[in-house]
Amino acid sequence: MAVIQRQIGLRAKGSGLLVALALALGVQPSALAQARRVVSIIPATTEMLFAMGAGDRVIAIGTYDHYPPEAQKLPKVGALIDPNVEQILQMRPDLVVIYGTQTELKQRLERARIPYYSYVHKGLADITETMRSLGARVGAADAGNALASRVERQLADIREHVSKAPHPKTLIVFERERRTLRNIYASGGEGFLHDMLVAAGGVDAMADVRRQSVTMSTEMVLDRAPDVIIELRYAKDDIDDTDTTVWNRLASIPAVRNRRVIVLTGEEFVVPGPRVGEATRRLAAALHPELRW
Amino acid sequence: MAATVLGFGALTLVVCVLAPLAGSTSIDLAKVFDRTQPFADNVDAQVFFIARMPRVVAAGIVGAGLALSGVVFQALLRNPLASPDTLGVSAGATLGAMLALTARADFTVFGVSVVPLATFAGAVGSLAIVFALSMARRRGTSTTVLLLGGIAIAALLNAAGRFIQYLTADITGTFRTVQWMMGSLDVGSYAPIVASLVPFGIACAGFATLPRVLDLVSLGEEAAEARGVDVVRTERLALVSASLSTGAAVSLGGPILFVGIIVPHIVRLIVGADHRLVLPASALFGASFLVGCDLVARTVASPVEVPVGVITAIIGGPFFLWLLFRGR
Repeated sequence: MAVIQRQIGLRAKGSGLLVALALALGVQPSALAQARRVVSIIPATTEMLFAMGAGDRVIAIGTYDHYPPEAQKLPKVGALIDPNVEQILQMRPDLVVIYGTQTELKQRLERARIPYYSYVHKGLADITETMRSLGARVGAADAGNALASRVERQLADIREHVSKAPHPKTLIVFERERRTLRNIYASGGEGFLHDMLVAAGGVDAMADVRRQSVTMSTEMVLDRAPDVIIELRYAKDDIDDTDTTVWNRLASIPAVRNRRVIVLTGEEFVVPGPRVGEATRRLAAALHPELRW
Repeated sequence: MAATVLGFGALTLVVCVLAPLAGSTSIDLAKVFDRTQPFADNVDAQVFFIARMPRVVAAGIVGAGLALSGVVFQALLRNPLASPDTLGVSAGATLGAMLALTARADFTVFGVSVVPLATFAGAVGSLAIVFALSMARRRGTSTTVLLLGGIAIAALLNAAGRFIQYLTADITGTFRTVQWMMGSLDVGSYAPIVASLVPFGIACAGFATLPRVLDLVSLGEEAAEARGVDVVRTERLALVSASLSTGAAVSLGGPILFVGIIVPHIVRLIVGADHRLVLPASALFGASFLVGCDLVARTVASPVEVPVGVITAIIGGPFFLWLLFRGR
């Protein structure tokens, strides 16, 4: 019961009884309350809603939602740490898509009797699961399913394509201080970046550290000795081809010795949304230049 | 007196020799110094010389720099709660780092990247404002005015930093700033260490002239003046030296604040209040304390690391309380 309630985002007082009654009558959760005025302040879910063709139901997005272009004309109502509650309430949404840690926002929405859909970044499987349940929640169950299946197919094709190729030990670095090897943040053995790496035919150099992100010292990088280092950059203006030369200090690392420190730029690497298939394909192409892409 | 300083010196030496031997990975010392293998292929030598040594040296400089500034600020302001943070230095440093990180500035000067440069400029700049305030008065400035001025400037700079972050609405910039504020001694190369030695060296030359006058100033300005101390000149020399020292430390390791307030007190509890002893002993103990804390930070949760500022507080806090209450 709690699970269904969470999925359909009805938390307002007394709604449990209503849901139980509806379910007892054989009504599908998706048909219970199909949102028509959706506020989505998470980049991944905003992308999902537009990709499944439910963009016309979105009335406002988050400050950091930069994709797709057609969403940009919508008002922006804050994000993870600064949601503009007043603005959100004023828009009279019938569904607010928020991040799981936004407990204060949840409480305020509950008080205002506005249903919400709580989302948390996890692995690749959770992304497609979110597409399905979010699609059902906004009355686009078929489109949500189709989108999820398309992404699953893309990922399966990539797995198949790289299955016979050698799997290099890879470190995914998603943040570090520019021009230095300070404050290196790498993907750990959990989360969508780890899953994307495995799907792309790489062995995660940090697989044993069961966290989504790990602060790496130079000593740890030397110890892990990855065959490939993938540096993720999110904005186009971040591209600096010479920037990877700082890695040359760690000459004993195979990735440095064999010139396999690779920069991949694109927001799709940080937004676990419908573009993960394409992002995984780019990752796989970087890891396996010997294959045809 | 010399024996006490030698004792602290020996402690620092032992800690600095032992610290690079341990880490999140295990290395073979024989391999580290094995000249038959090229350095580029020698993982153990790279871990020792590229990862650990710069870190130990950086920790030593940061620890000594923060502790020395703490001693000087506490004596000058005659306030046991004064630290490099009190006069807005770390707020200025943070604002500098934040501007460099959010503006995505990207250049190096003599191998030093923009973030430590901006941090140093911010730290020294904020103290320059306090310094200018003290200059604006005819003869020195009262410690209360200096303290309140510092607190006001710190608040102003913090607000400016938050406002800039709010305006830029850039989550990676925010993330980078939060990350920087945790402090890290993994400097990754010797260039920032060499760069920090210049302001730190000048600061140490300034500190060397201070012990006797600080003893007198800490008794009170009038008492010091009656004994022939030029209080205004002393204040200014102390402020400039402490700001250079703090700037060098914060640009190298980020805001590791606890060291600057706690180390001087621990040292005074051990050696007494004579600044001829307190200054060198604090520098040495600050260095060994931070090198030790960093050793714990990089080994206690291996293979991951704990921010060193967490360790300085966990170790320093209870130790300080024990020293404070042991005789009561």
